[in-house]
Amino acid sequence: MTPRVLVLRAPGSNCDMETAYAFEQAGAAAERIHVNRWLEMPQLAGDFQILCLPGGFSYGDDLGAGRILGNQLRHHLSDALAAFRDQGKLILGICNGFQILVKSGLLDIDDDQGPAATLNWNKSGRFIDRWVTLRVASDRCVFLQGIEQLNLPIAHAEGQFLGRDEAALDRFEDAGQLTLRYAKADDDSRPYNPNGAARDVAGMCDRSGRVFGLMPHPERFIDRTQHPQWTRRPKFDEGDGLQLFRNAVQYFA
Amino acid sequence: MLWEIDLHPRAGLPDLDADGVANDVIALRLAQKVRVASSRGYLVQGPDLSPERIERLARELFADTVAEDYQLGQVSDANLAAPPERISAGDRTQLVQVLLKPGVMDPVAQSAEAAVRDFGWEVDAVRTLRKYWIADASAEEVRAISTKLLANDAIEQVVVGPLPFDRLQSGSDYQFQLKTVAIRDLDAAGLARLSKEGQLYLQPAEMETIQRYFIELGREPTDIELETVAQTWSEHCSHKTLAGRIAYRDEHGERQFENMLKETIFAATQELRRRWGDDDWCVSVFKDNAGIVRFDDDFNVAFKVETHNHPSALEPYGGANTGIGGVIRDTIGTGLGAKPICNTDVFCFAPPDTPVEELPTGVLHPKLVMRGVVEGVRDYGNRMGIPTVNGAVYFDRRYLGNPLVYCGNVGLIPRDKSFKEPLPGDLIVAVGGRTGRDGIHGATFSSAELTHESESLSGGAVQIGNAIEEKKVLDVLLEARDRNLFTAMTDCGAGGFSSAVGEMGEKIGAEVHLDKAPVKYAGLSYTELWISESQERMVLSVPEAKWAELHQLCASEGVEATAIGRFEPTGRLVLKYNGNVVGDMPMSFLHDGRPPVVRQAAFTAKPNVPLSPLRGLPHQGEGAGGTLLTVTDSLLAVLGSLNVASKESIVRQYDHEVQGGSAIKPLVGIQCDGPGDAAVVRPVLSSRRGVVISCGMNPRYGDFDPYHMAASAIDEAVRNCVAVGADPARIAILDNFCWGDCERSETLGALVRAAIACHDLSLILETPFISGKDSLNNEFSYFDAAGQKQTIAIPSSLLISAMGQVADVAHCVTMDLKRAGNLLYLVGATKDELGGSHYALVNNLVGGAVPTVEGLRAKATFAAMHRAIREGLVAACHDLSEGGLAAAAAEMAFAGGFGVEVQLDAVPTDEGSLSTTARLFSESNTRFLCEVSSELAAVFERQFPGLPVAKIGVVTEAKQVKINSGSETLIDAGSEQLKEAWQRPLRY
Repeated sequence: MTPRVLVLRAPGSNCDMETAYAFEQAGAAAERIHVNRWLEMPQLAGDFQILCLPGGFSYGDDLGAGRILGNQLRHHLSDALAAFRDQGKLILGICNGFQILVKSGLLDIDDDQGPAATLNWNKSGRFIDRWVTLRVASDRCVFLQGIEQLNLPIAHAEGQFLGRDEAALDRFEDAGQLTLRYAKADDDSRPYNPNGAARDVAGMCDRSGRVFGLMPHPERFIDRTQHPQWTRRPKFDEGDGLQLFRNAVQYFA
Repeated sequence: MLWEIDLHPRAGLPDLDADGVANDVIALRLAQKVRVASSRGYLVQGPDLSPERIERLARELFADTVAEDYQLGQVSDANLAAPPERISAGDRTQLVQVLLKPGVMDPVAQSAEAAVRDFGWEVDAVRTLRKYWIADASAEEVRAISTKLLANDAIEQVVVGPLPFDRLQSGSDYQFQLKTVAIRDLDAAGLARLSKEGQLYLQPAEMETIQRYFIELGREPTDIELETVAQTWSEHCSHKTLAGRIAYRDEHGERQFENMLKETIFAATQELRRRWGDDDWCVSVFKDNAGIVRFDDDFNVAFKVETHNHPSALEPYGGANTGIGGVIRDTIGTGLGAKPICNTDVFCFAPPDTPVEELPTGVLHPKLVMRGVVEGVRDYGNRMGIPTVNGAVYFDRRYLGNPLVYCGNVGLIPRDKSFKEPLPGDLIVAVGGRTGRDGIHGATFSSAELTHESESLSGGAVQIGNAIEEKKVLDVLLEARDRNLFTAMTDCGAGGFSSAVGEMGEKIGAEVHLDKAPVKYAGLSYTELWISESQERMVLSVPEAKWAELHQLCASEGVEATAIGRFEPTGRLVLKYNGNVVGDMPMSFLHDGRPPVVRQAAFTAKPNVPLSPLRGLPHQGEGAGGTLLTVTDSLLAVLGSLNVASKESIVRQYDHEVQGGSAIKPLVGIQCDGPGDAAVVRPVLSSRRGVVISCGMNPRYGDFDPYHMAASAIDEAVRNCVAVGADPARIAILDNFCWGDCERSETLGALVRAAIACHDLSLILETPFISGKDSLNNEFSYFDAAGQKQTIAIPSSLLISAMGQVADVAHCVTMDLKRAGNLLYLVGATKDELGGSHYALVNNLVGGAVPTVEGLRAKATFAAMHRAIREGLVAACHDLSEGGLAAAAAEMAFAGGFGVEVQLDAVPTDEGSLSTTARLFSESNTRFLCEVSSELAAVFERQFPGLPVAKIGVVTEAKQVKINSGSETLIDAGSEQLKEAWQRPLRY
C-alpha cells in the first residue's frame, strides 16, 4: 500500500513543502494540513499512516522551541495522538518537529518529576546552519533501519540535547532511545558536535521506535546537488536523507 | 493582580545573556570590572489566575524546567528582586529591569497571551521583561551600561530598582476631533517651520504648492490631508530627486534631464527590450514592487532590494528586522503574489574595532550596530523560512553614524499571476497585522538627515517585526492567489495605508473608513491609523463576490482580514472616520500635483595622481617613516582586512538551505568555509533549473570616479554570477544608490555620473536593470567637543545585485581547487589599476588608477567563460576582486585544501611591462582564475578566441601558495597560514 503522510502545518512551519516532497520521492502520498483543521476534527488523522511534524518556527518558538504547539497537542489532541501511536503508525519530527515532540510528551521522556530531557539553546547561544556527520547508535528506530552513517545539515538555535541528570540519560540509553549521534568525520577539523548535545545526541525515538525526532534535516539531502561538496565528489545518485523516508514507506509495505 | 514569573538558568548551566553583557561591558570600556546575572521574565495579568494556576503556567508554559528554574510572585515581591546566588551578592549589586515601551510590537507577549488562553484561562495582558543584576560597577557605570548596552531608548525603557507599577495598562480611548492645519496665511518661514516640526520634510516649493491649492479651495487642510500629501511626495515614495529634473555638468559639458532615472537606467532596459523583440525575457520592469523576468515555462522570478538605513541607525535590530520583513512583503505584493525563495543582505558599517573614545554623542558603537543588524535580519529571515543565500559586508569609517542595510528578496511567481489591476468597485481589504502607533513618519523621516537627536525625535519610526504574522499572511495569500480571490495587492510599507491605498487607487479613486481598521490598542487618531507603518500588513482589492471566501480562508488560518473601504470610481481619495469626512482630495493632486524639483548636479574629475603614500599617516609595517609591507605581508593583510575577511560567523547564523533548493552555498570547499562567488538555488524542487544570486559593490572606487565605481560594481556582480555557471545572456540586475545629501550639486553629480555608467554598461553587456531604489541623505551630524557642527557623509555606495539563471544546477562550479596537478588559467587582462585597491588600503597608499571596464571585451569574456563552464571544462572558477590575483589564488588554495604555484610572467596584460605588484594585487575587472585538468586544457583555451587568457600555474599537493616572478619567489606562504589570516578578524 502507499502510505499517506499527514505533514502538519502550523503558523511558522516552514519546511512542510520540501518534507512532503521528500516523502513523495520515497513513494508516499503526502498532504500538508493546518493544525487548525486537525483541532476542528481530531479524527482526521485516522486516514493517515504517518504523521510528520516538519521544521520551522511554530508560533515563532516564542515561549521556547516547540512549546506552544506542543502544548496544543497535549491539551487538545492527546487522545488522537495516543490512538495514532497505539495503532502502530509512525510519527516523525524534524528540527522544530523534534522540539515539538519533546514538549508534547510523545517521546517517552516524561516521568513523575516532569520532562527528563529537553533541547536547550546551542552552546554558542546562536543559530547554526552547517552540515554534520551522524551515526546510528541503536537499531531501535524504524526510520533508521539499515543505515549506519548519514551526512545531513542542521539549522537551529535550540538543539542542544540536555538530560535532567545522568540517570535520566542512562535510562534513555539503556532503552535504545538515543539512536542518532553526531560523529567525527575523517576530513573535517571542526568540532563534530555542533551544539554541545549531551552524549552527542542528534535524534531520539520513543521506546517503541516508531516515534522519532531529530535535529538534522533529512529532507534537505534528497538530491545530490544539495550536498555542500557535490562539486568535488565523484557522482552519486541520491542524498542520504532519502533512505529515512523510504524506511517509513517500506514499514507499511 | 500582576504576577511576575522569572526564569533563571538552572544551577550549573551558563547564563549566556549575562556572560555576553559582561564581555561587552569590558570591550566597550563601560566599566573596569563587572559581574552580571540575568533572568528573563513575564508579567501576567488576568482575572482567572490563581497562585496554583500561575505555578502551572510557569512549569508547563514559560519555563523549560530541564534547563531553567523559575521564580514567581507578585510584581513587587522582594524575593524576585534579590540577586541570584550565582552572583555572590555585594553591597554594590544593582538591579536593572528592561521592558519594551508600551505600544512596541512584542510578538512573544502576544503569543504568551494566546498560549495562556489555550489553557482555558482568561488573561488581560502579558509583557516580557529582562532583568540584570550588576555587581562591582558604580551607579554611573550601571547607568551607562543600561543605556548603551542593555536597552535601546527608541523602543525600550530601563527601570533601575523595582518596577513603578502594579497593573498593566491598555491604551485609553480616542475622542474624535477633526483637526485642521492653518497653512493659508503662513509666510515662507512659517511653511518651513510647519514642514520641519510637523515632520513632513517637504521642500519650500512643495509647501507653497500645497498652500496655493488650499487657498484656491478656500479652506484649510485637515491634518490627515497634509500628512497624505507629505507621504505621497516624500523622497522615499516618489523618488523625486532622481526621477526629477537635473541639470548635470561634467568634463563632457552640460546635460539636461527631465527625468534622470528614466533617461539613463530605465532607458537602457527599454532599448534592450526593443533590441530583443520576440526574445525579450523581461516581464515587468520599474513598475511593480519588484522587477520580474522569465524563468521557465511555468514561472517568472521577481527580484527587489531595499534599504533600511535610518531605522537601523537608531535601533539596529528592529531596523534590520523590519528591513528584511519589508522587502519580503515587496515581492509577496508583486503582481498577484510571488513566493519568496531567497534573501540577500549587504551591510555597511564602521569598523567594529573603532575606539570607544572616538564615538560622537548619539552614536551606537559599530560593534553593537553590526550585531543588532545581523541578528535582526537573521531572526526575521530564518523565521519566514526563506534561505539567506548571498550577502556582503563593507567597512568604512564614514558609515559611523549612518550604517547601510540593504535587504533583498527573490520571489517565484506563476507566469499568469505576474500582473495586477484593481477594479472599480473592489473592496479595499487589509490583511495581516493590526495597526498601532509604531512606525509613524517613517516615509518622511527617511528624507531627514540623521542627527544626534534623531533618536528622541523619531523613535516612532522604529519598529520590531513579527515574522510569524508575515508567514501566516504569506501562506493564505498564496492560496487566495491560486483561487483568484483578489484583483490586486500591495504591501503596506512606508506611508502605511496612505501609500498602499493611494497607489492602488491612483487611476480609480478610493473611499476609506478608517474606523474599520483593526487596532492593536485603543486611542489611535484617524491620522495615526492612516499613516502608521505597523508591520506585516497587506492591502488587497477584492471583488465583492469573492470577499466571503477570502475572509473565510484567512480566518481558517488565524489571519485577520478586514474590508476598510472601496475603490470608488470618483478619482478622489475620500477618508472617513465614523461617518465624518476627514479628508477629501483628488488623486490627480496627490500623484501629479507635486512641483517638479529642479536640481543642479556637477562632477569635477579629480586629477590623476600616482600611487603614493598617504601624507601624515605612517605606513604599516616596520621602519620609521614607513616602508611598504612585504609582498607576503601585504597578502596576509589584504586577506585579513575586514572587507575581504571571512564572514562565516554571520553566514552560519542564517539558514541558507531551508526550502530544500540549495545547490551552491555561500561557503564552499573541503571544509565548507571557502568564499563562494554566488549562490545557486533551485526554486522548483522537481526541476534542476537554478537561480543565481550575487552582488557587486566598491565604495572605495567612488572616491576616484563614480562612473568607474558603477561600471566595476556591475562587472563584479555579473562576473560573480558567471563564475558559478550562470548564463550571462540571462542576468538581470538591480541598482541601489545610497548617497549623501543630494542638495549638494557635487554629491548629486556623483550619482548622475554613476547612473550614466549604469546605462552604458547595461547596454553594452546586454544586462538589463529591472528594478532599483535610492536612499539619499545618508549623513550624520553632531556637535564636537568644541561645539562645532560636524557632518559625516557616507561614501557614495552603489550596490548592484544580480540574478542569473542556470539551465541545470548540476553544471555549476565552485571556487575551491579540486585536484593536484590541474592547471591554473587566468582569464582577462591585468592592468596597472591599484587605485582604491585593498593593496593600497593595507599599505596606506592613495592615488593610482581606478579599475575600469572594457564593455565589449567584458561581454565576450563572460560569454566565453560561460561556454567553458557549461561544457564541463572547468574544475574550479573564482572571480578576481579585492586583493586581485594573489587573494584569489590564496582563497582557491585554502578552500580546496591544496597549494598553488603561479608564475607572474605569464599573466596576460595589455601593456608590455607591468609591475609585479600590479600583477599580484591590481583589481582590474573582468578576470577569472580557473582550474582546468591538463586533458581539457587545449579545449579550454579554444573557448577564448581573441581574448586574454593564459596558463599561469598549477595546483600542488603541498599546501603552499607559491608565487614566482621569473626565477624569484615573491610569495611562499602556507595555505593554512593564509586561511587563518582570513578567518581570524571576524571570527565569532
